[in-house]
Amino acid sequence: MVNTAVTLCGIRLDNPIIPASGTFGYGYEFAQLYDINMLGTFSFKGTTRQPRFGNPTPRIAEYAGGLLNAVGLQNPGADAVIAEELPRLRQVFHKPVMANVSGFSVEEYAETCALLAAQEQVGWLEVNISCPNVHGGGAAFGADPKAAAEVTRAVRAVTDKPLILKLSPTAADIAAVARACQDAGADGVSLINTLPGMRIDLKRRAPLLANGTGGMSGPAMLPLAVRMVYQVYQAVEIPIVGMGGVSRAEDVLELMLAGATAVGVGAANLVEPYACRNIIETLPDVMLRYGIHDLNDIIGGAHHG
Amino acid sequence: MKQTTFTIAQNSPLAEGIYRLHLQGDTTAITAPGQFVNLKLEGFYLRRPISVCDWADGELTLLYKVLGRGTEAMTRLPAGTRLDVLTGLGNGYDMTLSGDRPLLVGGGVGIPPLYGLAKRLRAQGKAVQAVLGFNSASDLFLLEDFRALQIEPVVTTADGSAGLRGLVTDGMAAAGPYSYLYTCGPEAMLRAVWQHCGTSGQFSFEERMGCGFGACMGCSCRTKYGTKRICKDGPVLQKEEILW
Ligand SMILES: Cc1cc2nc3c(=O)[nH]c(=O)nc-3n(C[C@H](O)[C@H](O)[C@H](O)COP(=O)(O)OP(=O)(O)OC[C@H]3O[C@@H](n4cnc5c(N)ncnc54)[C@H](O)[C@@H]3O)c2cc1C
Ligand SMILES: Cc1cc2nc3c(=O)[nH]c(=O)nc-3n(C[C@H](O)[C@H](O)[C@H](O)COP(=O)(O)O)c2cc1C
Ligand code: FES
Repeated sequence: MVNTAVTLCGIRLDNPIIPASGTFGYGYEFAQLYDINMLGTFSFKGTTRQPRFGNPTPRIAEYAGGLLNAVGLQNPGADAVIAEELPRLRQVFHKPVMANVSGFSVEEYAETCALLAAQEQVGWLEVNISCPNVHGGGAAFGADPKAAAEVTRAVRAVTDKPLILKLSPTAADIAAVARACQDAGADGVSLINTLPGMRIDLKRRAPLLANGTGGMSGPAMLPLAVRMVYQVYQAVEIPIVGMGGVSRAEDVLELMLAGATAVGVGAANLVEPYACRNIIETLPDVMLRYGIHDLNDIIGGAHHG
Repeated sequence: MKQTTFTIAQNSPLAEGIYRLHLQGDTTAITAPGQFVNLKLEGFYLRRPISVCDWADGELTLLYKVLGRGTEAMTRLPAGTRLDVLTGLGNGYDMTLSGDRPLLVGGGVGIPPLYGLAKRLRAQGKAVQAVLGFNSASDLFLLEDFRALQIEPVVTTADGSAGLRGLVTDGMAAAGPYSYLYTCGPEAMLRAVWQHCGTSGQFSFEERMGCGFGACMGCSCRTKYGTKRICKDGPVLQKEEILW
């Protein structure tokens, strides 16, 4: 027998697996494939105050280690999420969900977070201050500790629910941004979001994505995520949701040893729809293979001295 | 949607750069012509979406064109290879709207899904007409298959080396009157067909896909009835809802 349950900002998760925002929609597509109540929880699609179409297509490109996306935060807006998506989700998911929020001003973040935090189904707020796709948008907040703290304070003022700030790997010093969020009242941080990249179409001699750049995710990101989680763990006391390139149970253990309390799974859901179910099902055996009986024993376990 | 393992029964060239892939496996998730499958290829991160050309109990036929590295790698897969496939994706064509004399207009690798449609419309006794567009005589494929359904396709080629010289829209002018239109092909062709089309109809689109089953919003397009995902709400859109 092994224990896979962990506690994230005061809420129990049966296991640390959390499908990452933008790769799991509002849960419904996956609920038709398997019982999504087996998940720790999931983070729903990045939601803004107003509906957004997002960027023109093509929005998706491939590289050897994963994919690039320039979806550009397509979402129906906070009001429709509350009126339509959450009631639909309630039919198939009976655990607290993580509400991922994006915004273009401090006020907008606060307003959207207040609306979503008031929903009973929402367990945590995950505030994305790192989406690299929107011009003049989120990226600026996550790159700078002061701006990150400003968003954190504004959102903290509107909710008592657990508040997780989602950090960008583009920050010059991600540990400093994490500390600034903690000091401004964050209950946790999640990292990493995607890393801006570009592919060029040899036939057209132009960027493949209509947006030019897109966020890289997938297996190639794992070492970057492990390094950043490791660094942030040394800088903060609040829990970390680690993500980036996770596709199997071993990757989960690696991020937890680096310091993650829970682990996000993104791109893997898109190419392997049962990825999270497979990870959850294989986790106990993989834990035992490495002599782990309780996941709580290994959080930050790679930091010695 | 269903994730299943298919075994390659045959993978052979059909025309220049065009291959026919015969697969054996569970096809129960496929419910309509015009749906597609998403193939996992060894060494490539994203799956490759390919239309269902034809299917039966336990049998699936796909036609693919070598375009880049993934489809190039597909040509080297020998019989017996097992493929991880997501099947039954997308809405497919609605056959209930066809009327008695539907016209099918296809260009290049837009033709394969129309074959599966033609076969099922013929089984319902419909007088199917087809206009099939190619670049040149060396590209022609599936013509005998259409003839075996008692459909004599109007062929057009861009260089005039076979059939009528010109575009599928020139072929449409040569076809008889029709009750409804079904089409699939490159976007520029779809647009021209849309402008020429005198009836209602259904248009099948392509887009780059992250997942193919509605989860990532990678394939969205605007329609008169709001934003739709080509992979889940499409790939087939009604003529009346399309915004160019
Ligand atoms: C719904 C649908 C049905 C399709 N049906 C067929 C079919 O029946 N026969 C056929 O030959 N082709 C079909 N295609 C196009 C086929 O998916 C692409 O030709 C193929 O993915 C190219 O892969 P590649 O590795 O050779 O090219 P690369 O350019 O190397 O591929 C790089 C990436 O871009 C994507 N990509 C490139 N071109 C396209 C495209 N036109 N559409 C979508 N994704 C693309 C690839 O999937 C891959 O992720 C269909 C596409 C869609 C969306
Ligand atoms: C298609 C796609 C859409 C995404 N959308 C969002 C989003 O709306 N909000 C967000 O915070 N992160 C978004 N992300 C980032 C992921 O949640 C995750 O942080 C990142 O992809 C790294 O994990 P991975 O390598 O497992 O994919 C998106 C990622 C992908 C691939
Ligand atoms: S490809 Fe992911 S939603 Fe269509």
